[in-house]
Amino acid sequence: MASLQSLDITARSSTTSPTPSVRQTTEVAKLIDESKCIGCKACQVACMNWNDLRDAVGENVGVYDNPHDLSPSSWTLMRFFEVEPEQNRLEWLIRKDGCMHCSDPGCLKACPSPGAIVQYSNGIVDFISENCIGCGYCVTGCPFNIPRISKKDNKAYKCTLCSDRVGVGLEPACVKTCPTGAISFGSKVDMKQYAEKRAGELRERGYKGAGVYDPAGVGGTHVMYVMKHADRPALVGLPEDPQVSPAVSLWKGLAKPLAALSLGLIALGGFLHYVTVGPKEVEDDEEKEDVK
Amino acid sequence: MNGRYVQRYTPQERRTHWIVAICFILAALSGLAFFHPAFYFLSSLFGGGPWARILHPFIGVVMFAFFLVTMVRFWKLNRITDADRQWMKRIRDVIANRDEGLPEAGKYNAGQKYLFWVIVVSLWLLILSGIVVWRPYFADGFPIWLNRAAVLVHSIAAWVLVAGIIVHVYAAIWVKGTMRAMTRGTVTRAWAKHHHPAWYREVAGK
Repeated sequence: MASLQSLDITARSSTTSPTPSVRQTTEVAKLIDESKCIGCKACQVACMNWNDLRDAVGENVGVYDNPHDLSPSSWTLMRFFEVEPEQNRLEWLIRKDGCMHCSDPGCLKACPSPGAIVQYSNGIVDFISENCIGCGYCVTGCPFNIPRISKKDNKAYKCTLCSDRVGVGLEPACVKTCPTGAISFGSKVDMKQYAEKRAGELRERGYKGAGVYDPAGVGGTHVMYVMKHADRPALVGLPEDPQVSPAVSLWKGLAKPLAALSLGLIALGGFLHYVTVGPKEVEDDEEKEDVK
Repeated sequence: MNGRYVQRYTPQERRTHWIVAICFILAALSGLAFFHPAFYFLSSLFGGGPWARILHPFIGVVMFAFFLVTMVRFWKLNRITDADRQWMKRIRDVIANRDEGLPEAGKYNAGQKYLFWVIVVSLWLLILSGIVVWRPYFADGFPIWLNRAAVLVHSIAAWVLVAGIIVHVYAAIWVKGTMRAMTRGTVTRAWAKHHHPAWYREVAGK
């Protein structure tokens, strides 16, 4: 989407100078309480409604996931998991998948196009699609497998956390529509507090592993989960300790300035060699002897 | 062969070399644009970010294809020998222009041979890793871990290649009389005798 909040940008892809950040806004977060979710997919409908996107009608392959995966037009998706956390105890877990809005976003780190990905001071990570060049580096950077590149326009898309709504004081569309209150939205501090309270309640009800998913490996996220089995996030397809891949960190971290500097130094070294040691010239008499 | 000059490269060899060279410059400029923000402005030379992204891999494939011709043609001449190892031990003298008593070089000296292999290895790494991350055609067909490894390999190989080519270009400027081998196809007999005596004996039939 286009950037509507141009005064409070804390990070901008492929930009080495300070970003316009004169305005400070409250850090926000969306909290998804897995235990309250009934899998109605109203959030999916609200998302496509607000963003005015229609995915192609898919096919039923025998699971409840519909569509099968995130796509350039489906930015959030209920994923259904039939699991047995303990033997002979079937549980049907549902997770609303979508961008986690990391504090340390791998997509933004990897993106080579200036301003194609921005992070606002409220924590939202937004793709500014008009600046996207379609290289797919964000896909390699994301530890949650979220960005999708459109086959139509070769631009990357994902959940914006309704940055356009949040920017004018509204909650995201999925939050607004959720009929069970499984999705809440507020300041990160408040959401964290509420999440811990909910996790405590779940533990009291016998879910010993209940807890909050706000992984530190990516600096925390602005979409958090209350999970019945927070000790085993893999049950709902989440990484245990998500981190930007070391390959990507090296490539878009240390390697970048080092490579640029060293290539400059090699060229400078050549020039200095020429003006100090000088060229290799074949002696004149050698040439003469030759022409005879 | 009579006269002041001896033939070093045929017109076909020169044509192939310069096609590879032009592709290298275009691929390097567009690739640097994606590598460091300081070089992003280079993408304007190609019509902006998306165009640079579209063109870069095609340029790379053309470069690789023509380099393959070069590789097949020259790999035998670039086999490393014991004399080359001796030559490399005296690399400090070579750099300081103290060429007396160096082991005799054939068509290529040890420095040129190692550079040849550096280019061969880095171009293979570039083409293979480049295909893995090529969007929109192939990247989705490879697992994400391979994509991540490939972007790193691609940039490391690119760094090695660019560094190697800086050395290659500087060597041609440094060693006077070299450039005409690739622009006109010939070098002076004195140049050949001094820098590549074993090769000179071969072509002069002595």
